[in-house]
Amino acid sequence: MDTCIEKIRAICADLLAKGEVQKVIGFAEGSIPMASRPIAVTSKDDVEKLVFNATCGLNLANYVSDALPKEGKIAVTAKGCDSRNLVTHMVENQVSRDRLYIIGVPCTGMVDKRKIAALFEDEITDFIEEGDTLTIVSAQKKEVVSKKDMLRHNCRMCTHRNPVVFDVMAAEPVAEQSLDQPFADVDQIAAMDPEARWAHFQELTKNCIRCYACRNACPLCYCPTCFVDESSPQWVGKGQDKTDINTFHFLRAFHCAGRCTDCGACVEACPMGINVRDFTRKLNKDALELFGWEAGLDMEKRPPLDVYSPDDPDDFIK
Amino acid sequence: MNFITIDKKDWAGGIDRSRKTYRVFGPVQDENGCQIKPLTPDLYPLMDAGVTVMSPKSVLFPQTEKMLTATLDASREDHHIMKPVEKDDTLRVVLGIRPYDARAILLVKLNFDNPDYQDPYWCDAYAATTFVGLGVNRPGPCDFSTSTGCGPFSEEGLDVLMADLDDRYLAKILTEKGETWAGACGFDTTADAAESQALFDILRKEAEKNITASVDTDQLSEKSILDLHEAPFWDDVAFSCINCGTCTYVCPTCWCFDIQDETKHKTAVRFRNWDSCMSPLFTHHASGHNPRESKVQRVRQRFMHKLKYFVDKYDQGIMCVGCGRCVASCPVNIDIREVCTIMNNHESK
Repeated sequence: MDTCIEKIRAICADLLAKGEVQKVIGFAEGSIPMASRPIAVTSKDDVEKLVFNATCGLNLANYVSDALPKEGKIAVTAKGCDSRNLVTHMVENQVSRDRLYIIGVPCTGMVDKRKIAALFEDEITDFIEEGDTLTIVSAQKKEVVSKKDMLRHNCRMCTHRNPVVFDVMAAEPVAEQSLDQPFADVDQIAAMDPEARWAHFQELTKNCIRCYACRNACPLCYCPTCFVDESSPQWVGKGQDKTDINTFHFLRAFHCAGRCTDCGACVEACPMGINVRDFTRKLNKDALELFGWEAGLDMEKRPPLDVYSPDDPDDFIK
Repeated sequence: MNFITIDKKDWAGGIDRSRKTYRVFGPVQDENGCQIKPLTPDLYPLMDAGVTVMSPKSVLFPQTEKMLTATLDASREDHHIMKPVEKDDTLRVVLGIRPYDARAILLVKLNFDNPDYQDPYWCDAYAATTFVGLGVNRPGPCDFSTSTGCGPFSEEGLDVLMADLDDRYLAKILTEKGETWAGACGFDTTADAAESQALFDILRKEAEKNITASVDTDQLSEKSILDLHEAPFWDDVAFSCINCGTCTYVCPTCWCFDIQDETKHKTAVRFRNWDSCMSPLFTHHASGHNPRESKVQRVRQRFMHKLKYFVDKYDQGIMCVGCGRCVASCPVNIDIREVCTIMNNHESK
């Protein structure tokens, strides 16, 4: 995957030199091991700053609307999930296709940084990715592991590694995964009795600090004012009361129904490592099973929650 | 200053003895990482833990704190009159606090306890608390505390500074509070002062060698506020920011709060909650106007407060102790060390 960065840089340099786009949104090297940061490159002389590797786990569709100039195009590098969120943006009229130049990047998955950190008792001082081999170093030891074994859960469950929409591809498509049990995690929670299930979700968010990193890293959360930030009327308490924390998480998840691409940016961003995908995954499963719907695959189709269908699985609407 | 030595075999027993008079706080590990929490009788501090995700500031300044309460029952004579809530100001001790976090508490003190204002909630909690620090033998890559006026064995703000010597702790008692705590634990094996100090000096030097990150702050006070405010680099600094509150919440020195009234049935409660300058709501006026409407303005505010306004107002260096928590936790890798360097080196045109 790291081999396509030269192609990405060449494409970007060309686009910027010709003035076809005003900026390129991509990833830059981070300042600490295992980090990368979203960046906007506006000059062909700066394309060397761009990187693409297994730490680029955020979703760049999140940056597109704010970065869009009054006129003209911007380019964005897009993994499979980023491209699906770009489609969702277009379907929801947040950005029009002709304003974007999409550089598709086939993806073999992003690493689970917490899983890697857990291999060490001390802090990681170096992280080197070469093909499928990750070399990770701390003051105490060095670990050489396979990237495949360190992938995030959502990447292991991903069946759309290749961009679904693009103007140019930065590499040949990669093989898609097929899964025997795409929702084993959801089924496990669903099998719990109601008390245990409730306890699971209470435990899940017990250390939530309400920083809203999950919401803000999510390309779906573009409301000008989020319901938790409304002050008149104020819908939700601002403190650490469990009811208010629950309200935030439950409503955030429901707002993602039929829209979530399971890109994993929410979990990636959470400073407490809370697997907030436990909320959204169930909705993704429902969208698939009830409506045959996976978000962000088709620019022509309306999402299940904003369209009427005579085949609706629920009787009340017929 | 006197030194005592604590055999690690006696450590848990000492903690148990201190529980009679102290509420004990310390690092514990759970699914969400390592945190400083109140230790229930079955829990002991994880002394060899790494940096806690959240700082210990919450021991004195909880994320949500009940301040006042009132009854809304109109049949009661005192209805709608806010009254202080009962607080637990019994002695508390924080074990295993990192030296930079102790300095952070002194920086926070500038806000909550100064000649003009004394915040009763914070001041009472501070008066009740003993800080038992543990020197950091192996600082991590995000640590730049030697640039911020402290370091891995800094004593400022601590009541006791301990050094981990494998089978024992060597503890330097720095204050009366520290002495009282050691007494409550029954730790009374004195160690030779000169030898112990020499050992601390060696450990400090070794630990400081491991800190490779640094920031320059020497020019900040000379810069003009307006030049920095209008500097061209803020758009680039802020581009990746998603405007979550992570940096401000994990920060040991961020002290901003918001006050909220909540009612339930016939009871009203006034709380204070941590607030974050990263949130648009932070400066949202009742009129609807927001002087910091854009993300860039909010990011600029955070860094200007920490690295310029605070420097000018208090003359105590930057409002940052170099713990590196914001660097490690920022979802988009905004690094205060880089921003500080940019600000420090900025030349106006």
